[in-house]
Amino acid sequence: MQDEPTPTELIKAVADFLRSEIAPAITGHNGFKLRVGINALDLVARQLTLERDSDSAETARLKQLLGADGPLMALNRVLSEKIAKGEADLRTPGLSEHLWQTTMDKLAVDQPNYASYKRELENRTNS
Amino acid sequence: MIEAELGRCVAAFYPGATGVTATAKLSGGASQETWTFDIVHANGNVGAILRRAPPGFGAAPGRAAGLDAEATLMQLAHDAGLPSPKVMHVLRPEDGLGRGFIMARVEGETIARKILRDAQFAKARPILARQLGKVIAGIHGLPRQKLPKLRSMTATKEIADLEREYRSFNWPRPVFELALRWLRDHDPGPSSEVTLVHGDFRHGNLIIGPDGVRAVLDWELAHVGDPMEDLGWICVNSWRFGEIDKPVGGFGSREDLFAGYEQVGRKVDSARVMFWEVMGTLRWGVMCCGMMQRFRSGPDHSMERAMIGRRASETEIDLLRLLAPRGT
Repeated sequence: MQDEPTPTELIKAVADFLRSEIAPAITGHNGFKLRVGINALDLVARQLTLERDSDSAETARLKQLLGADGPLMALNRVLSEKIAKGEADLRTPGLSEHLWQTTMDKLAVDQPNYASYKRELENRTNS
Repeated sequence: MIEAELGRCVAAFYPGATGVTATAKLSGGASQETWTFDIVHANGNVGAILRRAPPGFGAAPGRAAGLDAEATLMQLAHDAGLPSPKVMHVLRPEDGLGRGFIMARVEGETIARKILRDAQFAKARPILARQLGKVIAGIHGLPRQKLPKLRSMTATKEIADLEREYRSFNWPRPVFELALRWLRDHDPGPSSEVTLVHGDFRHGNLIIGPDGVRAVLDWELAHVGDPMEDLGWICVNSWRFGEIDKPVGGFGSREDLFAGYEQVGRKVDSARVMFWEVMGTLRWGVMCCGMMQRFRSGPDHSMERAMIGRRASETEIDLLRLLAPRGT
């Protein structure tokens, strides 16, 4: 068993330091690159926090949808092939909901500030 | 450095030029660079831009029209009275600068976030969509017989290209599969009219001033094909920069864009435009995945590339909003 602090805590601490202490002192292209780097650290921290739950929920939905078992990547390959062949489409029960949930979970890690994501999140909370 | 060669080159084609100053690289990949500089002249300095493939880089890759074709198209657009910089000089081998051309520098802004938020563009924003409709109609109206040799594109070919590229990544994306399937099922067939298509008509390639559009840049992806492609591409959500309820670049409505387009006697096929918007959304998604591939395998092992790879999911939510909208 590895000791504390966790990877997430370490990455957050580094990102916070870069954001509050270093970024204000850097200008120009390196300032831009630094912001990209901080964004990357924030993304990694979100993935470490969220990935386990979203992956297991996605796997459970795919098993149900496909009536098959296997690792997540393999299940996604099967679903992709079925859609490509026209064996599954938006009329397939559960498919649209699955794609929406999977995509929302990806955005929660990749770009939680993306306007389309925020809009869909609002709509879901309101409905 | 490059200033000495530019100085010699400018002296040879610009009467009275005595050299160049304030030279700076604006952008540059491995094979193509953009430089800004001022031509020094007794009557006052003149702003100019060099767009070139440095010596040693020959033919343009894959889909690119090539720098010679870009220069010809820019000059054609300029001569037709469209907002396009004047081409001042096409590079010759004796210039020692590689292949490319020098054009007049147009002052203005290309950064979307500034165009969409800064006060100085407040008067431009409401008129831009209609203006751009007229401009793109003018581009589509450029005479075919004067065009340089360009690749010819159809919806069917574009779908096949996107599919091939997506499959080469070997990473399953059910939402992309859904989009590919939708595109194949809704392929409108060859366009009844085939015209010059700019191919990358969007933020970043448009110079905007407080008075509106001043120049159309970057003809790298120009081709001949369905004119509705350009109207669909500028509506892709990825170019709205957060202003998702204003489909044209985050500043305007489709109605205004179409009205501007039809004002100069051209017709809009809105179903085809929507088809190309879906295609464009998928295309940007596939391009994001391509960035990730180049990050992993190519010489450009940059954070920026890597992070663009993580923007493919943005196009997945946009594709779902287009193809499987949830009741609200």
